[in-house]
Amino acid sequence: MIGTAIKNREAELNTFRNRVLVAGIFILIAFGALASRMFYMQVIKRDYFHNLAEANRISLVPLVPNRGIITDRNGVVLAANYSAYTLRVTPSKVKDLDAAFDALAGIVDIQPRDRRRFKRLLEDSKNFESLPLRNRLNDEEIARFAVNRFRFPGFEISAGLFRNYPFGEVASHAIGHIGRINDADLKRIEANGLTIKYKGTDHIGKLGIEGSYESELHGTTGSEQVEIDSGGRAIRSLAKSESIAGNNLTLTLDIKLQKIAEAAFGDFRGGLAAIDPNTGEVLALVSKPGFDPNLFVDGIDPQNWDLLNNSPDKPLLNRVLRGAYSPGSTLKPFLALAALESGKRTPSQSIRDPGYFGLPGVAHRWRDDKEGGHGVVDMHKSIVESCDTYYYQLASETDIDKTAEFLSLLGFGAKSGIDIGGEMEGILPSRAWKEKQHARGLADSPKWHQGESISTGIGQGQNSYTPMQLAHAVAAIANDGVAYRPHLVRNVVNAGTGLVRNVSDQPAAYPATRLPIKIENIAVIKAALVGVTTEPGGTGFRPFAKAGYISGGKTGTTQLFNLKGEKYKEGAVSHRLRDHSWYIAYAPADKPIIALAVLAENAGFGSATAAPIARAVMDYYLLGKVPDPKKPIATPNEPKNGD
Amino acid sequence: MSPRTAIDRVFDILARRLDGPLMVTLVVLAALSLAVVYSASGQSNDRTLGQARNFAVALVVLWVAAKIPPQQLMRLAVPIYIAGLSLLVSVALFGDIRNGARRWLNLGFITIQPSEIMKIGVPLLLAAYFHRKEDGLNMKDYFFAGLILLLPAGLIMRQPDLGTSVLIFSSGFFVIFLAGLSWRLLIAAGIAGLAALPFAWNMLHDYQRTRVLTLLDPGTDPLGAGYHIIQSTIAIGSGGVFGKGWLNGSQSRLDFIPERSTDFILAVLGEEFGLIGLLLLITLYLIIIGRGLMIAINAPTTFSRLLAGAITMTFFTYAFVNIGMVTGVLPVVGVPLPLVSYGGTAILSMFMGFGILMSIASHKRLVST
Repeated sequence: MIGTAIKNREAELNTFRNRVLVAGIFILIAFGALASRMFYMQVIKRDYFHNLAEANRISLVPLVPNRGIITDRNGVVLAANYSAYTLRVTPSKVKDLDAAFDALAGIVDIQPRDRRRFKRLLEDSKNFESLPLRNRLNDEEIARFAVNRFRFPGFEISAGLFRNYPFGEVASHAIGHIGRINDADLKRIEANGLTIKYKGTDHIGKLGIEGSYESELHGTTGSEQVEIDSGGRAIRSLAKSESIAGNNLTLTLDIKLQKIAEAAFGDFRGGLAAIDPNTGEVLALVSKPGFDPNLFVDGIDPQNWDLLNNSPDKPLLNRVLRGAYSPGSTLKPFLALAALESGKRTPSQSIRDPGYFGLPGVAHRWRDDKEGGHGVVDMHKSIVESCDTYYYQLASETDIDKTAEFLSLLGFGAKSGIDIGGEMEGILPSRAWKEKQHARGLADSPKWHQGESISTGIGQGQNSYTPMQLAHAVAAIANDGVAYRPHLVRNVVNAGTGLVRNVSDQPAAYPATRLPIKIENIAVIKAALVGVTTEPGGTGFRPFAKAGYISGGKTGTTQLFNLKGEKYKEGAVSHRLRDHSWYIAYAPADKPIIALAVLAENAGFGSATAAPIARAVMDYYLLGKVPDPKKPIATPNEPKNGD
Repeated sequence: MSPRTAIDRVFDILARRLDGPLMVTLVVLAALSLAVVYSASGQSNDRTLGQARNFAVALVVLWVAAKIPPQQLMRLAVPIYIAGLSLLVSVALFGDIRNGARRWLNLGFITIQPSEIMKIGVPLLLAAYFHRKEDGLNMKDYFFAGLILLLPAGLIMRQPDLGTSVLIFSSGFFVIFLAGLSWRLLIAAGIAGLAALPFAWNMLHDYQRTRVLTLLDPGTDPLGAGYHIIQSTIAIGSGGVFGKGWLNGSQSRLDFIPERSTDFILAVLGEEFGLIGLLLLITLYLIIIGRGLMIAINAPTTFSRLLAGAITMTFFTYAFVNIGMVTGVLPVVGVPLPLVSYGGTAILSMFMGFGILMSIASHKRLVST
């Protein structure tokens, strides 16, 4: 028995060895066959494959879609594409780039600026992709290059679509711009799984509408299979799937209104937001100064960049969404409304204003703007004449957290949610905010002081809001407490089918929000806002004299210079420390169709600069009046009872 | 104890049970892989470091596998196979569909591809089965072995995953072949297989049929299924004897080769390193296979012999199928070039196989048959 087992084992071992031998021979034959296949391909047929590789190959060429066109609400084109010829270079195919560029002289005009830009593109690109050297070649240059093409391997002229912003600086912060795709964009594209969609695309929306509506505007990339020769030039097309153009956008902006608003600022810096209170459509969105978005499309050259980036006027700062300023007296109507809602004040309850406000046990006196005071002041008069003492006193009796709670209803201290990026929240002061500031080391104490309540009570101090937030809040009041999210895109139009969707007046896209505020209280405030422009004592009476329509409004002034009880003298402070000028408004008073907020930096009293700008905008929007370009609108050197 | 001997001891402990010739060859292959992946990925540091990490993790698995004595593996054969088979059945019933194929099973916290388990599960169980029956085999045993083999292979083919199915089928077939299935039966099975070809053809999915047809004449479909083969043969052929040089392959560079850091990485190697590079690769593979077969012949038990033989032969199959596919002599199936293609799972499972090989090589004197 044991004998058979051993025998079996030996027999089995022999079988195994034989089988391994057979397998080994099989492996050698198989690998030998593969090796001879390689020998056949790489030695015998090498020239054949070499020619295939070098002379004639199939390439998959992405077909870049046309970017969607952006128009204003009346169909005026704000961003469009034009076709032009570009000289492109594939660096890996050029032995000496500088020598080749020199040789181009007299054929195509290459400026030192083009070289510098090309060098920068070269630094952050892969060696095998072609890069633009000169855009917008003229016909002569194209002809000259075509004749000399054989001398420039690796250079080629390609037709392409370029982005153009015909209005230049006008509405530049709202429309934004596209730019070349950089590493950060590339990472985002990869992370979102859009690599295929962006094959062949050089540009991507960076800012404003171009940035936030990138997915609508870009379109769908197609592809074409072509035979190309060793120079990478296409010989013939084999198969094609067309690209689908991006969707066109119709904005809510009225570009004529926008131009008038921007011109009204003159040389002042600032921001303006005008909203249709019935829909939340943004009619004008100004940030002055602007910049020419066309400079950014193909990579801005270093000189222009320095000019924009280092300018003390900060043209790249989007003041209307990112600039947070103390609202000054423009906050008073909202604080009055808060007092009505909480029951702290009735409309007829009045105070006697001696021209200052003091707290028991505190030596400091908070001054009213008007020397000697406003006399007996009720709520209506407090708004019409912008009486500080009334609000000092109100603030001293009101808990700051209650105020913050009410103001946040109207959108203060929060992003308005407008459909472009970069919006700031501003600062809505409260106890919690103060504690956070202290925790960050930005405040000396975590405790809220009553003195702070009093200065924030007239819109100075820690409060700071964007012009957008003020416009949003005044629009909500104008519309009797029904608020809409402000937005810039009216509808999205499919370029191929013409189908329209996402129309901004569709209730589903931007639903109405009914704020929990009593309409009769809003009516009290609205009557006072109308009084500002219609009553002889009103701070907006002079700027709105003979307007031809009735509007509601409120002036405001942001104090930058610490008064320390001194009387503010305009000439005595340096220009950059002069007050900011505010105005909020809506019109017509009975059935508002426009609500706006204007901020002009270092422009003095609200009535002097911001109010006339607001009037110019409303004059055009309501009456079609175009201002005389020779007459300056702002009158900053006329400081009467401005605020 | 002097520091010198301390280092020696640490080295001893680390290197114990590892096989010198195999280790050296694997390290050379890993270095080659990193160089080619770097070039194929367009000089991506992320990809190259990722591949280095794949090798590092696989090395740890190899080291652990080399410590497990073969008898313990034999005990695991039945549980692994049953687990793998039930997972395959679950995939067929409730698997996730990705890219049109039902291959993945979502267990909530992790998504797995159960066919990977069967790559080791099938040869393991068959080797263990024949080990039990070492006193002589009859027809019934072969029939049962065939069942162990065809059940998972059929399930995987239906997923559909032709490449993995072929690999698993061959790994099991090698066990049966090495166990001594008579030539008469083999020939009979071969004829039966040929006769069944038309039926198998009907079972194939459309895209699988296209791949076979394109192989016969790539020119019929130059932009569809033939594109892969045309482009990879152009790249390899144009490489010539010495290649175009590392990082200089124009075909690889210009996006002509699809999946060039994974399944079609051989085209990059062939274009940039030429015939010399390809022959070097084949030589390295032959060293590994030769060493594996030596370990199999010297293995003490039927189980370890068959397992070592099957692991080695499966490795050969991987190499043969991938090289054949990229050079245009076999249809395109999703099989990576072993130890060179980018990808963690394949490297991991192969290193685990080599760990088992090393364990078989080093444990032979400790077990009496």
